[in-house]
Amino acid sequence: MSLWDYANPTRFLRLVQIVLPWLIGLCVLFFAAGLYMAFFTAPEDYQQGDTVRIMYIHVPAAWLCMMCYSIMAMSSIGTLVWKHPLADVSAKSAAPIGAAFTFMALVTGSLWGKPMWGTYWVWDARLTSVLVLLIMYLGLMTLWRTMDDPIKAGKAAAVLTLVGALNLPVIKFSVDWWNTLHQPASVVRMDGPTIHPDILWPLLVMAIAFSFLFFVIHLMAMRNEIMRRRVRALRMRAASTSTPGPAGAAQPAE
Amino acid sequence: MTGWAMALFQRDLRLSVRVGGSALVGVLFFLAVVTVIPFGVGPDLNLLARIGPAILWIGALLATLLGLDRLFQADSDDGTLDLMLMAGRPLELVVLIKCAAHWTATGLPLVVAAPLLGIFLNLDPVSMAAVTATLLVGTPALTLIGAIGASLTVSMRRGGLLLAVLVVPLAIPVLIFGVSSADAAIHDPVPFLTPFLILCALSLIAAVIGPIASATALRFASD
Repeated sequence: MSLWDYANPTRFLRLVQIVLPWLIGLCVLFFAAGLYMAFFTAPEDYQQGDTVRIMYIHVPAAWLCMMCYSIMAMSSIGTLVWKHPLADVSAKSAAPIGAAFTFMALVTGSLWGKPMWGTYWVWDARLTSVLVLLIMYLGLMTLWRTMDDPIKAGKAAAVLTLVGALNLPVIKFSVDWWNTLHQPASVVRMDGPTIHPDILWPLLVMAIAFSFLFFVIHLMAMRNEIMRRRVRALRMRAASTSTPGPAGAAQPAE
Repeated sequence: MTGWAMALFQRDLRLSVRVGGSALVGVLFFLAVVTVIPFGVGPDLNLLARIGPAILWIGALLATLLGLDRLFQADSDDGTLDLMLMAGRPLELVVLIKCAAHWTATGLPLVVAAPLLGIFLNLDPVSMAAVTATLLVGTPALTLIGAIGASLTVSMRRGGLLLAVLVVPLAIPVLIFGVSSADAAIHDPVPFLTPFLILCALSLIAAVIGPIASATALRFASD
């Protein structure tokens, strides 16, 4: 059972059909456990009170937005090097999910920041690099939308994704540099006491739940994308048979 | 090798200088940006001197972004790009030479204009020299990174705006180190050489990644 067995979209769709219900079940289970722990068993912070519970959404979302970009980068390698037919489907469907998680991390972060730091937004190094990440996600999504041919769009986006993956550490490093240079006093740091197990466990459960959520949405989005491409191919075939003469590049999309 | 490389460089340089006078337009845009900033932040000369390097860098970034769609667009429209793809020369080298010519036509005039615009911003001679030096080292990186965006959007009709959105996040490190090395020369919170050398390193990295990624994108766009 190699990755190539699932290069065939039909076989992949069959696998999705089997796996998806289990994934959804696990996702619901972990969310139920994680949310229960986060809201009822986890203690309040002695300084932050109940607002610390925002962390159980915020931190997993921030982790996921990084993971999502690495999955896109791996898929892009799959597109460019091995020309795996589902790699660009995977990368394309991961981008909006990653953007959503990044947005969620930013929004929950600023909602948490208002009571704690007294402001919705700080030009802190971390916040800034996550904001840059959001812009990159949105740029990639726009690139996909503006190009008609999904194959070409996939390759172009793969090049940009990989350049972005090379650049993200550099951006992170330079933003750290920039912030420490300009306003070292107001850098908001989260190093209080080390994380107590009572807080750590709900956080880990929530992180697993978020990962399952990502995989569920990702598989669904990939299924939709394959269907969308099939519809597109069928339409182009119909259009090329109905009009007389060669109708141009009516290549099947898969 | 040097023969065709020189020929390509001269052709690109001649085209970009003559057709539409892109060099002059870029500098004019640079001037316009610098003129507009005091209307936004107020005519306080001390404030302008403090944020002067940043204004010059942002102006240079914007002027570079505006000129980028000329890098491959015209050649793609009249089919020259396809000939270059089929010519059997290493495409990465072709892209690098085109970038060099484009920078000479659009980036170098910005560097030359920077000291003059520095006078408007009340910069003293040291900071003027520092900004000019950082621009000289940093603007090639902007052009080379921009080449990636330009080759990705080459097949689009109006890719200019998207190009800017794609390129700006990648250009952030260059901007940060350009401005901080200029600041370092003026207020010296850190030695000037540290950020300046990192800026040089960024330019060198861009000279590798830019042509490779851009050539890959051009190959995909053509087939």
